[in-house]
Amino acid sequence: MTEASIPVTSIGTTGVSRFAGILSSLRRSPAGFIGFVVVLLLILISAIGPFFTPEIAPNVKEILLPAGSPGHLLGTDNEGKDVLAQMIGGGRTVIFVGFFAAAISTVIAIILGSLAAYLGGWFDSAVVTAVDVFLTVPTIILLAVLGAFFKLDSPLLLALLVGFLSWPVLTRAVRAQVLSLREREFVEAARLLDLGTVRVVFVEILPNMASFILMNFMIGVTNAIYQLVGFYLLGLAPLSGANWGIMLNRAWIAGAIFNDASLAWILSPIVAIVLLLLGLVMMTRSLEEILNPRLRDR
Amino acid sequence: MSGAVDTSAAKLIEGPAVEPSPSAVRRFFSAWLVRRLLKALLTVFIVTTGTFFLVRLLPGNPVETYIQTQIAQTGISYEAAAAQAQNLFSLDPDAPLISQYFTYMVNLLHGDFGNSILSPGTTVAQVITTYLPWTLFSVGVATVISFAAGIVAGMIMAYRRESWVDHTLSSLGALLHAIPNYILAILIVVFLGVKLQWFNLTEARGSYTPGVEPSFSLSFLNDIFYHATLPILAYALTTVGSWALVMKSSTVETLGEDYVTVARARGLSDSRIRSGYVGRNAVLPLFSQLAVSLGFVVGGSIFVERIFGYQGIGFSLFNAINGRDYPVLQGIFLVLTISVVAANLLADILYSRLDPRIRLSGKAKG
Repeated sequence: MTEASIPVTSIGTTGVSRFAGILSSLRRSPAGFIGFVVVLLLILISAIGPFFTPEIAPNVKEILLPAGSPGHLLGTDNEGKDVLAQMIGGGRTVIFVGFFAAAISTVIAIILGSLAAYLGGWFDSAVVTAVDVFLTVPTIILLAVLGAFFKLDSPLLLALLVGFLSWPVLTRAVRAQVLSLREREFVEAARLLDLGTVRVVFVEILPNMASFILMNFMIGVTNAIYQLVGFYLLGLAPLSGANWGIMLNRAWIAGAIFNDASLAWILSPIVAIVLLLLGLVMMTRSLEEILNPRLRDR
Repeated sequence: MSGAVDTSAAKLIEGPAVEPSPSAVRRFFSAWLVRRLLKALLTVFIVTTGTFFLVRLLPGNPVETYIQTQIAQTGISYEAAAAQAQNLFSLDPDAPLISQYFTYMVNLLHGDFGNSILSPGTTVAQVITTYLPWTLFSVGVATVISFAAGIVAGMIMAYRRESWVDHTLSSLGALLHAIPNYILAILIVVFLGVKLQWFNLTEARGSYTPGVEPSFSLSFLNDIFYHATLPILAYALTTVGSWALVMKSSTVETLGEDYVTVARARGLSDSRIRSGYVGRNAVLPLFSQLAVSLGFVVGGSIFVERIFGYQGIGFSLFNAINGRDYPVLQGIFLVLTISVVAANLLADILYSRLDPRIRLSGKAKG
């Protein structure tokens, strides 16, 4: 959480060109670009891959085939389902929940954080107190406790819950940024023009934090995926359908680790999850370097 | 150049411009401490209240569920089952919510968390005191190890920027940072346990070998470390990367500060600049993140302890969730929150002792 490190150079440019600017700076850093490509590839594979794989159906005649078996590149699981097909189709829920949950918490954080900093007063103290309280509550545990009450059978519901529980960190960061930005001349000018709070905050101030928010959004995606997969692994979320977390859970419960033939079954979701998270972390880190020129130039 | 110039320069750079009198500092600090303590208490109060109403507002009233199960299983009357439930949960489901709340709070203040449903006759307090120390122990040791190792690695990376050492450690740090602790735990089990057979996984389950009498002997210490090694390894490896990366950026920023340039100009030895000027100041921002990370690691214990079968609070929480043991659930959640609040408080106090600017400005970074 570095403060006072956002570049406020490109005031007046449109959102589109700013986004292109972020992308081109991402390309400048090789690690960031690789991360970007990996994430994009995984999203593409998860989105359209399942149309090209055979249907994942149990087959009692082909149980626990080792990797490299004819017709089953990564072998089969204990129900005879093809592992590679599951790996390709298993990213959808994970990626969807990750991005959707992060989007929810980012929106909450932007609204609460910027308004708290801009308006100040009792609203600010209320937000700061709420952030302090929620920050000390172990989110994963709260989620686990809630999971015991609710049947979290839809990924949408899970994403909503994860999103609503993970706003505090970013809210605090946005608040700190807006606090420093609102003292700038252009904000002062906008205020004097009487443009209205909503306009000043969301049109004048926030676009200057685009890359900062994008970076924190990706951190949010990473955290949401961490929680989601962990939940499926422990079997705390209902195990209907197929995704990387459910694959892990079933392989772990079935004792796949003790059987050489089924190692690919448990390792393939692990590889997929680690690749996705690594790609996100590499993107985030190079964005951080862009945001903090000291890290780059010295 | 005489020494007089040196000291005045040092004073300008190191200390605040106006030196407040010691009593003013103390007054400020105690006021800050009181405010900070009140904030911690408020947090605990809000969380306690929140969990109380959450449990009662959510679908599937646990008390009603218990009563219905009792009626179905033993065929006793509703009144008898309700009386049993009241006895067990130390609450009366028919009393107004607000008086239930007061009873609950008063009981809590007496250290009475209620009784477990899953294992009748066991109080929630017993469950917590049996399991919590092991989590605090393993998470604590791992945090100390990864914090220290991360600081050293981060400083090395910052001092050797753009060298192969920096690139190797950076990539390694990013990789470790990206791997979730439970995934690393599974990999440890697969490779160090099953493939290489370095660890006997069945023997290493639990927090200590059954039958061994807990004592302050060397053999017992050896035993608990044997059981805690793998969880500690998983926690430490997955957190060391982010510490190293944060320390690196903090050190790089500190290296650019004027007082470091001046210290160099004064001809101070490299090692003195490294420890006294750069290291000390670069570590400061990390302390405020220590508490947040502790909360994260404690939360992650539910995954790691389940994978290794380490019998800490995360393990018992998992059992409580699966068995819908609501009093235990509520108690563990509360105690974990209190531990994180306490850790936050401790980190804040430590931070303010190390960085006087915090308490002089009278307000911690919001």
